[in-house]
Amino acid sequence: MFGKLSWDAIPFDQPIPMAASLGVILVIAAIGLLVLWKGWTRYLWDEWITSVDHKRLGVMYALLALVMLIRGFIDALMMRSQLAMAAGGAEGYLPPEHYNQIFSAHGTIMIFFVAMPFVIGLMNFAVPLQLGIRDVAFPVLNSVSFWLTASGVLLVNLSLVLGSFARTGWLVYPPLSELAYSPDVGVDYYLWALQISGVGTLLTGINFTTTILKLRAPGMGYGRMPIFCWTALSSNLLIVAAFPILTATFAMLLLDRYLGFHFFTTDAGGHAMMYINLIWAWGHPEVYILILPAFGVFSEVISTFSGKPLFGYRSMVAATLGICVLSFMVWLHHFFTMGSGADVNAFFGVMTMIIAVPTGVKVFNWLFTLYGGRVRFSSPLLWSLGFMCTFVIGGMTGVLLSIPPADFVLHNSLFLVAHFHNVIIGGVLFGAFAGYVYWFPKAFGFTLDERLGKAAFWCWLVGFYLAFMPLYALGLMGATRRMQHYHETGWQPLMLVAMAGALVILAGIVLTGLQLYVSIRTRAARIDRTGDPWNGRTLEWSIASPPPPWNFSVLPRVRGTDAYWGMKQAGKEAAAQEPEWQDIHLPRSTPIGVVLAFFATVAGFAMIWHIWWLAIAGIAGLTVTSLAHAWRVDNEITVPARQIAEYERRRRRR
Amino acid sequence: MNGPTRKGERTPGKGHGSVTTYLAGLGFAIVLTLASFWAAGTSAVWGPAVPILLAALAIGQMGVHVVFFFHISSGPGDANNFLALVFGIFVVGLVVFGSILIMANLDANMVPMDKLMKMQR
Amino acid sequence: MSLADHLTAPVEDDEDRTPYSERGPAPIDVVAGFGFWLFLLSDIVMFSALFAAYAVLADHTAGGPDGVKLFNRGYVLIETMCLLFSSFTCGMCSLAIERRSAPATYLWAAVTFALGAAFLGLELSEFSRMIAEDAGPTRSAFLSAFFTLVGTHGLHVTLGLLWFVSMMAQVATLGFRPIVVRRLLCLTLFWHALDIVWIGVFTIVYLGARW
Repeated sequence: MFGKLSWDAIPFDQPIPMAASLGVILVIAAIGLLVLWKGWTRYLWDEWITSVDHKRLGVMYALLALVMLIRGFIDALMMRSQLAMAAGGAEGYLPPEHYNQIFSAHGTIMIFFVAMPFVIGLMNFAVPLQLGIRDVAFPVLNSVSFWLTASGVLLVNLSLVLGSFARTGWLVYPPLSELAYSPDVGVDYYLWALQISGVGTLLTGINFTTTILKLRAPGMGYGRMPIFCWTALSSNLLIVAAFPILTATFAMLLLDRYLGFHFFTTDAGGHAMMYINLIWAWGHPEVYILILPAFGVFSEVISTFSGKPLFGYRSMVAATLGICVLSFMVWLHHFFTMGSGADVNAFFGVMTMIIAVPTGVKVFNWLFTLYGGRVRFSSPLLWSLGFMCTFVIGGMTGVLLSIPPADFVLHNSLFLVAHFHNVIIGGVLFGAFAGYVYWFPKAFGFTLDERLGKAAFWCWLVGFYLAFMPLYALGLMGATRRMQHYHETGWQPLMLVAMAGALVILAGIVLTGLQLYVSIRTRAARIDRTGDPWNGRTLEWSIASPPPPWNFSVLPRVRGTDAYWGMKQAGKEAAAQEPEWQDIHLPRSTPIGVVLAFFATVAGFAMIWHIWWLAIAGIAGLTVTSLAHAWRVDNEITVPARQIAEYERRRRRR
Repeated sequence: MNGPTRKGERTPGKGHGSVTTYLAGLGFAIVLTLASFWAAGTSAVWGPAVPILLAALAIGQMGVHVVFFFHISSGPGDANNFLALVFGIFVVGLVVFGSILIMANLDANMVPMDKLMKMQR
Repeated sequence: MSLADHLTAPVEDDEDRTPYSERGPAPIDVVAGFGFWLFLLSDIVMFSALFAAYAVLADHTAGGPDGVKLFNRGYVLIETMCLLFSSFTCGMCSLAIERRSAPATYLWAAVTFALGAAFLGLELSEFSRMIAEDAGPTRSAFLSAFFTLVGTHGLHVTLGLLWFVSMMAQVATLGFRPIVVRRLLCLTLFWHALDIVWIGVFTIVYLGARW
C-alpha cells in the first residue's frame, strides 16, 4: 500500500537529522501560523503564489536561494568541524554514512538550489526591465518553472526527515549509485528532485532565449542591448542545449534502478564511464550557465558605479558568445584521469586553456571601465572588486588543473575543491550578492543598509580566503576530497584555519540577514523616490521603484547603448507633453504553476518510495491540470488607459 | 506593441507552404528512404563506404524535412530560426561524436580482462 | 508560385528599412513558434544523448542477441513509410488550418492519427516479440539502449497522438481562435520533428546493424 515507506524511514536513531527536521518543521509551522493569524493567505495567494509577473517570480527565486544557502551552509559547517576534529586516530562526530550524505547534499543544494535559483531570479527580475518590455515571452511557463524548482527543493529536504539522501557525491556516479550498491531511497530522492526541477530550468531557458531574441523595446537592436542581457542570452542558450543531456542521463540511471536496465551496471555490458562522460557534457556548460549572468551583473555594476560606459562593449559580447560556444568543448577536463589517453587529454587540456582567454578579455574590459571613472565604492562595487581578485585566482588554478599531468596529481584532491569554490563563491555568489544589493531598491522601493552590507562583504571576503586558501595547500600535500577523517596530524592546523574561515563566512551570512531585517525596519530613511538611486544607465532605472505591474506605461524608444543614460543626457526624461496612453493587456495570474508542482511532488515522492498507485494519481493530476488549463480562455486582464494616466500623473507629482 | 511592424519575420512551419511543397518533400523523402534501405543491403557499394553513404542520405533527408516541412530558410526573416538550428546541430555533433571518440579511446586504453582479474587479489 | 520560386523568393519588400532587431517586440505568433522551435531543438539534444549511448553500447551484447539477429528490415520500412506519410498528411492538416476549414482539419488529423497509431502498433508488436524471445531491455546494455532510444521516440509519438486528440477537441469546442491555432502550429512542428528523429533512428539503429 505504501511501497517502501514505513515508520523505519524516520531516522529515530540519528540525533542530528532528527533535531534538524524538528527544527525545520517548527520554523515552517511558526511561519504558517503567523500567516494565518495575520490574515495574509489571500494576499500571498493572489499576489505571489499565483503570480506570473517576472518581478514577483524573481524575488521568490532569490528568496528560495537565500533560504537554501542556509541549509547548504550548515552542511558546510558540519563538514568543516568534522575535519577540524578528525585528525590522527580521532573519528570526529559524524559517522561515514552520514558524512557522505552531507557532502552529497551540500553540493546538490548549493549548485541546483542556491546558485541556479539566485542567478535565474536575477535574470527574471532584471532582463525584461532592461529590455524595456512588460514581461517575458511565456509568463505562465515562468511560474511553472519556479514552482517546479520549489518542488525539487521540497523533495531534497524531505530526505532529511524521511529516509536518507544519496551517499555518492553530488553527481551520483555509477556503479555506486546503481541499485546494487545504493539500494536505499537516497539516490532516488536526488534523481527525481532534479528531473522535476530540471524541467523547470529547461522551460526558463526557452523562455528567456525567446524573450531576449524576439521581444525588445523598439530601437533596441542587438548592439544596443545591455550587457547583462547578452550574458543572460548566452546562459539561457546553454540551458536549452545542455539540460536535455542531464535529463537523458538521469533517465538512463533511473531505468537502471527501476526497471533493471543495464546502461551503467557492472554486468551485462553496462558502461559506467559513459555516465561520467555524458554527465560532464552537461556539467561543464552548467558552470558557465552560472557564471555568465554573474559576469553580466559585474559589467552593469562596474559601469554604473564608475559613471562610465562599459569599455569594449563589442569585445565583451564577442567574449561572452565565445565562452558560450567553447564551454561545450572542454568537458573532458573533469575526467582526465579516467584513461582516454594522451591525445584526447591534450586536446581538451588545450581547449580548457583557450577558454580562459575570453574571460581574461572581460577582466581587462572591467579594469579599463574603472580606469578614469569617478568610482563610488558602494557595496555592489566592493563585491565586484572582491570578485575580480578572487575569481582571477580561481581561474588561474583552473588553468593549472587543465594541464593533464598536473591534474593526475590533483584530481579529486582538496586543491580541486578549493579551485571550484574559488570560482563559484568568488564568481557566482559574489555576483549574486552584487545583483541583490544593486536591484533591491528597484524591487522594493528602498535601498539596503550600506554599513551592514559592507560588513557582510568583508566577512565573506576574509572568510572565503581563510576557508579555502588552506585547502590549496592541503591538496598539494595529498589531502583528498570527501574524506571523513585523515591520518596526517600535520594537516590539522590548516583544517582549523579553514574552520575559522567558515565561521567568518557565517558571520557574513548573519550580517546579510541582519542587513535585510534592519533595512526593512528603517526603510523610511532610505526610500527610493526617483526610481534611480544609483544614477543608472539602463532602462530599469527609468521607471518607479517598485515598478507598476506593466513596467513601462509606454514602451521606450531606444536610440543607443545605455539607453537611459542617453535619455538623461538628452533631457528626454521629463517629457513636457503627456503621451497618449493606451490600454495595456497583462497576463492573468494562475494557480497552474503551484498545482502542477504539487502533483509533480506527489508523483516524485511516490516514485521514490515505490508507491505505484500514488505515482499514477500524481501523473493523472498533472494531465488533468494541463487539460483544464488548455481550456482557459480568459487569460488576460486589461489595465485601462485612464488608470495608466492616473498612475503617471501621481508619479510625476512625487 | 506586438506590432505588425515585423512583417516578413518568419516562424518555423507557418505559411510559405502549399500542397506542392509538401508533395515535393514527401517525394524526395521517399526516394532517400528507399535509397538508404537499398544501400544497407546491397553489395554494389564498397563495404566501408556504406556507413558514409547512409549518413549522407540521412542528413539529406533531414534537410528535406527542414526545408519542405518546416520551411526554414537562410533568409533575413529566418535568421534566429536558422542560427538556433545551427547551434543545435553543433551541440548534437559534439555530444554524439565527442562521446563516441572519448568512449572509443577509453575502451582502447582499458586493461585487458585477464590482467584486470589478476589484480583482484 | 512554382517550387523554384518558393525556394528563391526574397522576403516581402516593405517600406520599413529598419532591421528586424530594432522593430520592437515580435507578434505573438512569431514568439510562440520560435519558443517551440527552441523546445524541439532541446528535445533533439536529449535524443542525441540517447543516440550517443546507443552508439557506445551497440556492441555490448553480453553474449545475447545483436541487431543483426533481431531486426527485420522490411518491417522497419513499413513503419518508416507510415510515419513519413503521416508527416505529409500533417502538412495537409496545416494547410487546412490555414484555410480555417474545420472538416478538412479533422479529416487530415484523423489520417495522421491513424498512420501514427499504425506506426506505434507495429513498434509495440516488435517490442513484444523481442521480449518474448528473451531479448528484452534487461538482457544486455545494447538492448537497454535500443529499447530506451526507440521507446523514447515511441513515447513521443504517443504523446503526439494524445495531443492530436486534445487539439481536435479544442477546435471543436473553441474554434480556430488565435491561441488554438498557435497550439496547432506547435503540434505540427512536433510531429515533423518526430519524423526527423526517426530518420536518425532507422539509419543508425536498424540499417546500421549490418556494418
